[in-house]
Amino acid sequence: MSLRALSTATVVTLTGAFALVFFYAPNDADQGFIQKIFYVHVPMAMIALFGFVAGAVCAIQHLRTRESKWDLRSYVFIHLSLILGVGVLITGSIWARASWGHWWVWDEPTLVSFLIVFLLYACYQPLRFSIEDRARQARYASVFAVTAGAFVPLNFLAVRLAQAYTHPRVFATTDGGLPPKMQLTFYVALLGMTLLYVTLWRYEIAAKLARGRVRALKRKLGGDDRIVVGRSAAPQL
Amino acid sequence: MIADALPLDEAGKYVAAAYLVFLALILIYVSIMGVRLQRLQQDLDELLELAEDPGSQRPAARAAETGDPRTGTGAQR
Amino acid sequence: MSILGALLRKELRIELRTLEAVPGMSLFAVTTFVVFHFGLDRPTVEGDLAAGVLVVTLLFASILGINRLWVADEEQGGFDAMLLAPIDRTSLFVAKAIAMFVYLVVLEIVALPAFAFLLLEPPIRAELLLVLLMANVGIAVIGTLIGALAVKTRARDLIGPLLALPLLVPVVIGAAQAAQPLLSTAHHGPAEAKYLGVLGLYDLVFALVAYAVFDPLLED
Repeated sequence: MSLRALSTATVVTLTGAFALVFFYAPNDADQGFIQKIFYVHVPMAMIALFGFVAGAVCAIQHLRTRESKWDLRSYVFIHLSLILGVGVLITGSIWARASWGHWWVWDEPTLVSFLIVFLLYACYQPLRFSIEDRARQARYASVFAVTAGAFVPLNFLAVRLAQAYTHPRVFATTDGGLPPKMQLTFYVALLGMTLLYVTLWRYEIAAKLARGRVRALKRKLGGDDRIVVGRSAAPQL
Repeated sequence: MIADALPLDEAGKYVAAAYLVFLALILIYVSIMGVRLQRLQQDLDELLELAEDPGSQRPAARAAETGDPRTGTGAQR
Repeated sequence: MSILGALLRKELRIELRTLEAVPGMSLFAVTTFVVFHFGLDRPTVEGDLAAGVLVVTLLFASILGINRLWVADEEQGGFDAMLLAPIDRTSLFVAKAIAMFVYLVVLEIVALPAFAFLLLEPPIRAELLLVLLMANVGIAVIGTLIGALAVKTRARDLIGPLLALPLLVPVVIGAAQAAQPLLSTAHHGPAEAKYLGVLGLYDLVFALVAYAVFDPLLED
């Protein structure tokens, strides 16, 4: 799908989703208007986690084929998921504050698990940055991405087990019967978030590829000494 | 139906904040892309200069010697 | 198997001669118990507090060991020797991981009596050893993998713990929750099976993952 078509679809779907959130979905019985945060917080979380796992899959491909395009894809997946992760944690915190008066609650296992996963992946770019050799950087980053990807489901399981009987679920709107109007709104929001993620992913890949080609052209036309490639955490083509 | 939409009490502020965070993230990302695009355009301008007047900078002969057009494809070791 | 044995013997012999990791880890653990006494301002701990203090102390002591695990190889060319030898590289990983496991066991042989002596109120029960052994496997596997990853970066002492600590959170959860009823006086009982299950699953999954991804770390 062309970037333009993707972008248009994203804008339309997201706008539609937000319209549904505010004009169509009913207010939640317990939480009232605050529950509306759910429609932006949960899709971001789900997409971010998907992105981390996709990053692990691309990392496996990189380790198998050693083609740098897989490393680039892995990097962009993880990078975008980290950005979404910031959004998840902030909106989760706002939700906690609005519902419970505290800026953070340990009672919500998915939010806590997400924090741990986020802290782990936050080390991804510093790790890459600290290895200068490009090939080794890509290899080590892939090893890390695979390990972290295997970690994500285990972590969610462990945290949920630790909380199961002691604390009731606070934001329990995801399981157990959402009314159909809310379901529709949620799915549209999820679709919009997915489209946004895919669009940004395509943009970032295109930008990095373009920059790589410009650099190669510069090297070819101007000679090697014109290029000063500093250390970078991003894969360079 | 519109009356349900926006009670501007305490709850409304938090919800608005959450959605604004989402919006801010997108806008920050777009602006960073914008900066990168500008840098790309500058680079392309330089390249255009180099292409039209190759003798003005380092001789293109040097580039031809070392030149591997696919310089940037990753693992070279 | 004999290669594995040889590698393992080498690891243990070096550690015995240089005493780099284990004494430091053990001393650190004992000192940390003292720090906890002052930090918590309590003469004894029990129950979930005891489980937390014990597991966290052992975790941080393990991090010290992880930092030291690969340093000698990196600085004195052990990696190159490994690459030149016609052996399976993953046996190096297994040997190091087993060595790390042994160091952790020695650490616990020192730390547990110290803990009982300094801080712990109820007596230590045998089931606690099972919990700690299962946790050791997880720490050894992740520690060896992350240690190898970190040793070749520039900020190795920083990157290692930063990567290892989030990865080890499920071990902390499993071990602390499992140990909690074992260390209580009032509501003591057996460790809950589900937490042992979490530890076991973690050990299994990451042993497999580490075994699969270790090879590329050693290429030059």
